[in-house]
Amino acid sequence: MTDTLVSIDNLSRIFDVSKPWLNRVLEHEEKKHLTAVDRVSFDIRRGETFALVGESGSGKSTIAKLIVGLIRPSGGQINFDGSNVATQGSASMRQLRSRFQMIFQDPFASLNPRWRVRDIIAEPIRTFGLNGETVKWQNRVDELLETVGLSSRDGAKFPHEFSGGQRQRIAIARALSAKPEFIVCDEPTSALDVSVQAQILNLMRDLQDEFGLTYLFISHDLSVVRHMASRIGVLYLGRLVEVAEGKTLFRDPQHPYTKMLLDAVPDLEMTGRVREPVEGEIPNPIDPPTGCSFHPRCALANDRCKSEAPELTLHQTTETACFAVEEGRA
Amino acid sequence: MSEALLSVRDLVVEFPTRKGILTAVDRVSFEIARGEVLGVVGESGAGKSMTGSAIIGLIEPPGHIAGGSVHIAGQRVDNLSQEAMRRVRGKRIGMVFQDPLTSLNPLYTVAEQLIETIRTHMDMNERQARERAVALLDEVGIPAASRRIDDYPHQFSGGMRQRVVIALALCAEPELVIADEPTTALDVSVQSQIIDVLKNMCAEHGTSVMLITHDMGVIAEAADRVAVMYAGRVAEIGHVRDVVQNAWHPYTKGLMGSIPTLMQESDRLTQIPGSMPRLTDIPPGCAFSTRCPEAFAGCFVDQPECRNHDGREVACLLYEKGDQP
Repeated sequence: MTDTLVSIDNLSRIFDVSKPWLNRVLEHEEKKHLTAVDRVSFDIRRGETFALVGESGSGKSTIAKLIVGLIRPSGGQINFDGSNVATQGSASMRQLRSRFQMIFQDPFASLNPRWRVRDIIAEPIRTFGLNGETVKWQNRVDELLETVGLSSRDGAKFPHEFSGGQRQRIAIARALSAKPEFIVCDEPTSALDVSVQAQILNLMRDLQDEFGLTYLFISHDLSVVRHMASRIGVLYLGRLVEVAEGKTLFRDPQHPYTKMLLDAVPDLEMTGRVREPVEGEIPNPIDPPTGCSFHPRCALANDRCKSEAPELTLHQTTETACFAVEEGRA
Repeated sequence: MSEALLSVRDLVVEFPTRKGILTAVDRVSFEIARGEVLGVVGESGAGKSMTGSAIIGLIEPPGHIAGGSVHIAGQRVDNLSQEAMRRVRGKRIGMVFQDPLTSLNPLYTVAEQLIETIRTHMDMNERQARERAVALLDEVGIPAASRRIDDYPHQFSGGMRQRVVIALALCAEPELVIADEPTTALDVSVQSQIIDVLKNMCAEHGTSVMLITHDMGVIAEAADRVAVMYAGRVAEIGHVRDVVQNAWHPYTKGLMGSIPTLMQESDRLTQIPGSMPRLTDIPPGCAFSTRCPEAFAGCFVDQPECRNHDGREVACLLYEKGDQP
């Protein structure tokens, strides 16, 4: 028995973003492909919070959808507790599916407005046939509502009667109702105000302690990630550039992109530190740079970076994909 | 005391609805000195954008200014006619909005939009206006400005577009720029670039800025003073450092504690119970009283006034008798 719950191996996803066939013929265009996720590998240990952080277009939400099976990978493997998710038959997949759940970013879009909260939360219970009798699932829903800080009376209401933070609590209750071991949280607080965000983050931590949950936490907000994650993976243009323990990453970032990202976070402590001005923007993922995709913005880039793509390699405790780090130029 | 460029006194914005009158901005007062950056921070629905819209006279009917006054360099602007206000906007007040794609016209090139704005407000011919437009784009950090000026907005990336919007806001040399969530739609690495551009441009041109945002980090980075708003009212105004490091108002304290930081590791974030009341049911007395850990009987009855304590204003009964915390 390993302590790895989810293992991602060389996961890729390529989207076809070509124009329709007729346009391509008339305009003499080739097919266009967008590599949203490019050979990403990482492990999530049981009971930990693994965070993926990156800017828009870095492929973090695509990875979330791939893991829960909302879209199919173009290559690579996703292993959940030792079994490959992609190769499962539908019956065993169904079994497996009940063990992981997802919380989405927008609590206004992820709850069916025509359903009562009680039915929304009970849906996974019924789908997975976890509870036979009606009375039982109603008790379970009441219990869940109270677990996430709502009252059992709220079950009869509709989603529009709740604020954003309360809706996110409902979404969390729904995720918990299937008694999952693993929850994928895709930007769970970015639609919320800070004071509400704090409530939700605290709730998620409490639930993790209570139920021994494992989280994959996806966010663009480094300070939120710092607060939640035990280990962090940094994504850039679909590639994992650095994986490290939370503390190590923030104390001693290795990859130039991680350094730049950390430096760009507004400084609430007002230490008056002088920051390096950030260079450039994320390139278009349809037409990514050759070699290391960060090289046009990197101060340390040399000829090798322009032609060869670096792989993740272990340096001390941090995995980095960077030739400058590898060669000791960083 | 230097003369205030913008002075807002007891501003009230009301929306008549079927359920009665909603007060979106409730007796808000503040001043911005020349060349100063005032941050306005608050959660959604706190009335910060509404305050900005009221100053530039762009409140959507049926909302209207129901009381108070707005002065720009001594001139009262809240009672001006539509036509007179149009001349103030753009000329004396520049604006930067959240979404750069919607604040630029997609059917005109950047050059056309900049030149039109410059020529509307300044006495220049086409060629001079174009030169000025190129110089401005160059200043906000758009590479190869003289070539890119003839591109359409969709040909620019999000960060570049926001730079164009900043150039557009500054092109008539306004005295005040109102920036409403200028970086919210952008990634962190681009956000820091835009904040720098906005800060440097305004510092160079001596422009005052009203920076409206929900992000305390952006305020800490860019503003001189900050006004914290809650449920349409100002809770606290003070120098950024004071407010960030030693907040007075219980709401600000809660707000600061609820922000996770990069530097410190903490197990739990401070959380404020509940959420901000809707405008339809703001409690009597202090709007924050029902969520306040330090509330006492008086808080539920009397609405606190914003009082000045040595350059720091706070609207809280805890400090009414001049008690220092």
